[in-house]
Amino acid sequence: MPNAISHHSIFVLDQEEALDFYVGKLGFEVSADVDMGNMRWLTVNVPGDGDRHMLLERPGPPGMDDAAAEQVRDLLTKGATGLAFVLRTDDCRKTYEELVAKGVEFTSEPVEQFYGVDCGLRDPFGNHIRVVQPTPEPAQ
Amino acid sequence: MSRAAEDANRRLLRARDAMDRTYTQPLDVAALARIAHVSEAHFIRTFRATFGETPHRYLQRRRVERAMFLLRQTDRSVTEICFDVGFVSLGTFSRTFSGIVGAPPSVYRRGAALGAVPTCFAMTWTRPSSFGEARARGLD
Repeated sequence: MPNAISHHSIFVLDQEEALDFYVGKLGFEVSADVDMGNMRWLTVNVPGDGDRHMLLERPGPPGMDDAAAEQVRDLLTKGATGLAFVLRTDDCRKTYEELVAKGVEFTSEPVEQFYGVDCGLRDPFGNHIRVVQPTPEPAQ
Repeated sequence: MSRAAEDANRRLLRARDAMDRTYTQPLDVAALARIAHVSEAHFIRTFRATFGETPHRYLQRRRVERAMFLLRQTDRSVTEICFDVGFVSLGTFSRTFSGIVGAPPSVYRRGAALGAVPTCFAMTWTRPSSFGEARARGLD
């Protein structure tokens, strides 16, 4: 049986711009950057969470034809690719303030939910990301 | 798809995210058109072409989705919820709610329950559709 999710992929329109955002603003670190000639295997992870990597993948040939890449870019930029991932934080409101100061674009401000404090943001390409501060488990 | 079309998508998405944040306020097409960098007339047309419905209809579904949430989760009266989510007339609220959901708010409240899923997911997937499902189920 599998025992973890080690990598997952999101589409980005430009890998350099993706690094500016994920490393420069969200504070991720680059875990791999391999030049394959026609593509970069480019992964990032949250500092302290080195077992889970996110592949920043550019849609296009030869992985997919131009028409398919066009459809992916259309869906991505209109926000139709669903929820990309959820980040966990110890302080959602503080994270929100820090990221707003860096010019990050939010879809919703921090709101108290039954599972914790939750806010939503978008990366420069349209990917939807949530940031959640989980409600502490009741003491046993 | 050209870079210009992707940018246009992304700006429209930015305007739609603003509508999601300010759904309790009256629809401000001029402000949204500024976010999208288009004229007011062009905004409504391109919004519809991109997202499949007019900005007005999108906002109605956003408000009705929030009203459904409040009907499920709170004891607030239907009249209070009507104003909470941005409607200014109970008649318009009831008519819009019934038209979209297929049942009036009070009837919906009696039959409603939802499992424990994150709110952003509920927001996306419990948002009433105006794309024909209610009609197909004979609720319209």
